[in-house]
Amino acid sequence: MRHIISILLENEPGALSRVVGLFSQRNFNIETLNVAPTEDPSLSRLTVTTVGDDRVIEQITKHLNKLIDVVKLVDLTEGNHIERELMLVKVKALGAARDEVKRTADIFRAQIVDVTPSLYTVQITGDAGKLDAFLQAMAPVGILEVTRTGVAGIARGDKVLSL
Amino acid sequence: MELLSGADMIARFLQDEGVEYIYGYPGGAALHIYDALFRQDKVKHILVRHEQAATHAADGYARASGKPGTVLVTSGPGATNAVTGIATAYMDSIPMVVLCGQVMSHLIGDDAFQETDIIGVTRPIVKHSFSIRHPTEIPEVLKKAYYLASTGRPGPVVVDIPKDMTAPTERYEYVYPKKVKMRSYNPVTRGHTGQIKKAVELMLKARRPVFYTGGGVVTGNASEGLTDLVQRLGYPITTTLMGIGSYPQSDRQCLGWLGMHGSFESNMAMHHADLIIAIGARFDDRVTNNTSKFCPTAKIIHVDIDPSSISKTVRADVPIVGPAGSVINEMISMVQDKEITNPEALADWWKQIDGWREERVGKLYEPSTSGEPIKPQEVIEALCRVTRGEAYVTTDVGQHQMFAAQYYKFDKPNRFITSGGLGTMGFGFPAAMGIKHHFPEEQVICVTGEGSFQMMMQELSTCKQFGGGVKIVNLNNASLGMVRQWQDLNYKSRHAHSYMESLPDFQQLIGSYGFTALRVETLADLEPALERAFADTHELVFLDVIVDPHEHVYPMQVPLGSMRDMLLSKTERT
Repeated sequence: MRHIISILLENEPGALSRVVGLFSQRNFNIETLNVAPTEDPSLSRLTVTTVGDDRVIEQITKHLNKLIDVVKLVDLTEGNHIERELMLVKVKALGAARDEVKRTADIFRAQIVDVTPSLYTVQITGDAGKLDAFLQAMAPVGILEVTRTGVAGIARGDKVLSL
Repeated sequence: MELLSGADMIARFLQDEGVEYIYGYPGGAALHIYDALFRQDKVKHILVRHEQAATHAADGYARASGKPGTVLVTSGPGATNAVTGIATAYMDSIPMVVLCGQVMSHLIGDDAFQETDIIGVTRPIVKHSFSIRHPTEIPEVLKKAYYLASTGRPGPVVVDIPKDMTAPTERYEYVYPKKVKMRSYNPVTRGHTGQIKKAVELMLKARRPVFYTGGGVVTGNASEGLTDLVQRLGYPITTTLMGIGSYPQSDRQCLGWLGMHGSFESNMAMHHADLIIAIGARFDDRVTNNTSKFCPTAKIIHVDIDPSSISKTVRADVPIVGPAGSVINEMISMVQDKEITNPEALADWWKQIDGWREERVGKLYEPSTSGEPIKPQEVIEALCRVTRGEAYVTTDVGQHQMFAAQYYKFDKPNRFITSGGLGTMGFGFPAAMGIKHHFPEEQVICVTGEGSFQMMMQELSTCKQFGGGVKIVNLNNASLGMVRQWQDLNYKSRHAHSYMESLPDFQQLIGSYGFTALRVETLADLEPALERAFADTHELVFLDVIVDPHEHVYPMQVPLGSMRDMLLSKTERT
């Protein structure tokens, strides 16, 4: 099963490499990885999506907790949560396809953020499923380039991941 | 206010931290630190002949003393040579601080002379690591390094120190930090009482219980408590290789150690148990054999300070995260005014165990007859007699390691010192040297083989310079015995590179360093030679004992089988 693990990490050199290294060292999967500083400059927030059965996920969270740089973590998939990913896609936009791309982008509530005579750059946010669906819809038109941020997630309701 | 250079801060910190010995080797990036050490005389530096030996010596020192070992090496090759020893300490959870010189900060990343990203290289084999970015960080980082290395589940910590951080020209205020706090590191100090209660209920009700205890009891100084608990309950106990001595082996309740080459009765008892009480042990593959066939009828209580050790390979029914010592004490307080529910079942269980024991009496190995080469097992038994089972025994890795574990009887913890997790050949001799420095009046023996000894024999020179009256017992079968055994069993005796041709004349070799070496070829000569070797505690003596190269280590668990599937000799199998 897919899990989203959100981690508060010391914003120290080498901290990220310890997290990433742990996954390869212990033969765990990383599907997506997203990391950036938080409102507290001494902390980074890192979100990993990974796949594994309960035993593997238990080991992943235990080993992550063991890393000295990991301050706190939560498996967001254990409760209600919001997940978002941002994607930028360059697609061919020539002739009839030009309108088709615009229409599809509207349906997905995506925005066209850059335009040339021959292509559009589309920005879209949502969960991973929505982004995949958009790519599928765009495939016949011709996708030239894709970049995704990886999942960022947060718990719904009153639950807060902080110190 | 005292102003010190980074290098002097390091020397001063080591003094303030109470470090007695550093094992190390100088080089360009570490020279400011060496100069600072030269200008003080509280911390003794032992110059090894290879950085791997520095880590093993510090490791041996740490295992015997319970204090963290300290290593100092230079950048690049100095640091990479230390890697095997760091990994050895990591696998066995040994507290160690490794200070590595590094090239000047402005050169990092330029592939400068003797530059290695040692933080990157050692990342998977350290508990944590630090890079010094400003000299003023030195006292606090070092304090954190020692704190992390020695608390919780201990382990090695690497500190990378660029040369400019130790420059003698720049001085800063030095204050010894008495305490450090780290918001992300809070090792547990006690187990969950509810879980312990649940465990104790199972323990009292069990019909066929076995204690299975490991290195966590030794590092947690919990041997006395464990012995008390086990004796109150009257249950059998088996230990891991790392847990040897955590319960007196001469006591009737001790079944010896378990696993691949563990005792017949230990493995049989584990397989048939209805309750396994695991404390400070990690169910590693050399213990469990095939986990899907492991202890099919047992419920499992697992006490460990490291939550990631619990349910890693074998699912625990009652997990308890906590240090062995406090959990055991809490268990004792809960059982002390209670009776076990099934004393008859326990009596039957002991009858069954004693039956397994008797089955193997006198059949463990065939003693040599006159004219035959000495059996390696005979050497260890004689060694145990001559030293009354009281010596510190280090080993290297292979058949001699298993024989030492099987035939030397340990009643105290911290006495059997071996690379259990990583299985590092070359560990034994430098480790023995480190122990001898801490306990100069004790007998310290390195049981080795000619293969392993040759990996670290350059340390004879270190012993010549700094003293180190260890006794080296070389079980010389002119073979890499364990490799050869596997080749006998799995490769139709095709001995690919397990034969040691061109061995040195050990008497001449050892003699060239000014030490005594005795060659023993017959059983009659063995005990006199041992007596001679142990006559002077401070003299390094090397015993080159020629043993039967055809001997195998038994019992040996059958690969992919259960605990009870064992080869018992070349011709018998369970």
